Amino acid sequence: MNEFVQLWVYLSEAPLFGLTSTLVVYVLVQSVYEKLGHAPWANPVLWSVLMLGTVLVATHTPYQTYFAGAQFVHVLLGPAVVALGWPLWLRRAELRTRGAALVLAATIGGAAAAGSAVLLAWAMDLPADVIRSLAPKSTTAPVAMGIAERLGGIPALAAVFAVLTGMVGALSGKYLFDLLGIRDWGVRGFALGTASHGIGAARALQVHADAGAYAGIALGLQVLIASVLLPLAARLYAWLR
Amino acid sequence: MEALRGFAFLLLLQAGGEGLSRLLSLPIPGPVIGLLLLWPVVQWTPLRHSLAAASQLLLSHLSLFFVPAGVGVIAHLDLVSAYGVRLLAVILVSTWIGLAVTALVLRALLGRAAPEEKRHE
Repeated sequence: MNEFVQLWVYLSEAPLFGLTSTLVVYVLVQSVYEKLGHAPWANPVLWSVLMLGTVLVATHTPYQTYFAGAQFVHVLLGPAVVALGWPLWLRRAELRTRGAALVLAATIGGAAAAGSAVLLAWAMDLPADVIRSLAPKSTTAPVAMGIAERLGGIPALAAVFAVLTGMVGALSGKYLFDLLGIRDWGVRGFALGTASHGIGAARALQVHADAGAYAGIALGLQVLIASVLLPLAARLYAWLR
Repeated sequence: MEALRGFAFLLLLQAGGEGLSRLLSLPIPGPVIGLLLLWPVVQWTPLRHSLAAASQLLLSHLSLFFVPAGVGVIAHLDLVSAYGVRLLAVILVSTWIGLAVTALVLRALLGRAAPEEKRHE
């Protein structure tokens, strides 16, 4: 028994633990998600986070220990953001003809998401650094962290809010669009990419090719628009006050 | 090999983006500048296949990369227990507003310019 405890202590201290547990849990959850025909509630990010989080809390493993291994997955978010340029380039003809409408929709939609988050958080009396971390939540996690840092928020918290936002979109987008009578796959995908970034886009990709392509465009545009406009908006607010 | 070569290029573009962002103290994060730098590089045909292979590989597993950041919620359980319900309410409502506004605005904008583009559906 004592040897088992020592083995567990060794394994959970080594970076191997965080990396292995992340991949194993994700692969399992993803295969269940596919078996269930991509049901929104079986979202692989949601279940991976819940399962890994429960294990860490139950075994009193600090997040830093887990992240020592999981960072090798986390760093891939950076090149993945760069890789978003590829679907944008593939759709360059569409961007040229529909570009103005897409940029306008992404700007208004993104501003609505960020603005309503800040206003609601302020109305509900949340602390200032939490509000600053909420503002960039509709952009993809690594970008949200970068923007939050520039706004004076908490980057780690911004990443969590971004992931939660993505899950909300991936889980409930279908029902919201059906309710609003939005049937065009391109429009549905674009809205998912704008308001719930990579996790919404990943969901759109699994559901329909057109939705996935438009979600990719939206994701790229949202990242560009938010990283320019949010710091400007924050500066304007500070200047007005 | 194609994907690996493309991956090396994506990392180079990100590094270039990080460098430019810091040097010029731009408000745009490094990977986003890397995304912008990708366009001129893609025009260069010898690299196009590699970049396509690496991008498709990365983007098809995009969900996985969010897991470590998401698990980070356990490091902020104090904040979650103090403000959890309010935070959840803010995130739910603002995401729905974002989704609805984007979809309705885009539908209205495309609907006006639609006739010749109907074949897309």
